[in-house]
Amino acid sequence: MNSEITIKLPRCKGCGICVAFCPKKVLAIDELGKVIIVNPEACIACGQCELRCPDYAIFVDKKVEK
Amino acid sequence: MERSYEKYFRQNRLPHLWCPGCGNGIAMKAIVKAIEMKGLDQNKTVIVSGIGCSSRASGYMDFDTVHTAHGRAIPFATGIKMANPELNVIVITGDGDCTAIGGNHFIHGCRRNVDLTVILFDNNIYGMTGGQASPMTPTGKKATTAPYGAVDHAFDACKLAEAAGATYVARSTAYHVQHLTDLIAKGMDNKGFSFIEAMVQCPTSFGRKNKMADPAAMMMWMRDNAVMKAAWDKLPEEKKTGDKFPIGVLYEASDIDYATAYDHVIDLAGGAGK
Repeated sequence: MNSEITIKLPRCKGCGICVAFCPKKVLAIDELGKVIIVNPEACIACGQCELRCPDYAIFVDKKVEK
Repeated sequence: MERSYEKYFRQNRLPHLWCPGCGNGIAMKAIVKAIEMKGLDQNKTVIVSGIGCSSRASGYMDFDTVHTAHGRAIPFATGIKMANPELNVIVITGDGDCTAIGGNHFIHGCRRNVDLTVILFDNNIYGMTGGQASPMTPTGKKATTAPYGAVDHAFDACKLAEAAGATYVARSTAYHVQHLTDLIAKGMDNKGFSFIEAMVQCPTSFGRKNKMADPAAMMMWMRDNAVMKAAWDKLPEEKKTGDKFPIGVLYEASDIDYATAYDHVIDLAGGAGK
């Protein structure tokens, strides 16, 4: 996994915009109607989810080699 | 990692009250990112908003904010700018607020070329009050007050602003976040009336009535129908039909702004109050 996804769950309203725009199907909506990470390995840190999240609930950072 | 733009939000007010999938949040983030990009002083920036879903944005932004009367955001902002021209005044308004209730204030703000940055969140409907048709509901689209589709022709707010005398007119959408941010930042640079129409999705009131209840589908509609200005100009007339609309900087002009023009009047009158 070369990316780090941070989710501020109290802000998430489960609109599904991040899920729809994720090109690698990393995200999904769980049974409580909030976003969950289902496939973290596939994340390419493109930031599409963060860019269009209307609730500022998801953040993606590229992991820097230490 | 905490984002640098978070400091422009009133953290104790988040999450905001907009519906799941509402595009207003995206447009609000574009505004704060533009402010950050331009490096505007938080204490020298005033956000003025009217009434409506869009206008709730002022409550979430950590600047000096004024939540004013319905449709009257531009007159309040004009007053603030004239009293203290060094302030950066940003107006947030909605399609109903700006083109219906505040229609007259809008065109006269443009006519005077007051140095404001006006961002219109266009969700095509009166969202907060229950989905009534607004002057920017496209013809034929349904609303609670237009169950068989809106009969009226919709306003093209950008053309209206251009004709009324605004010196910077642009349009972008909630899908084109980076583009929207750049256009807002450019509007802040313009000394004069800058008008930016941000198309946002309203899945709850507009989408549900028009078979687009999924916010992501509405954003994909924006992606598929928005045409960049340069490409739009080359497009033959017969292809400019349907839902297609141009985005980008639609009009730019240079003209004297109202505060400068008023300074001349003060000089002519003998410089009293200077």
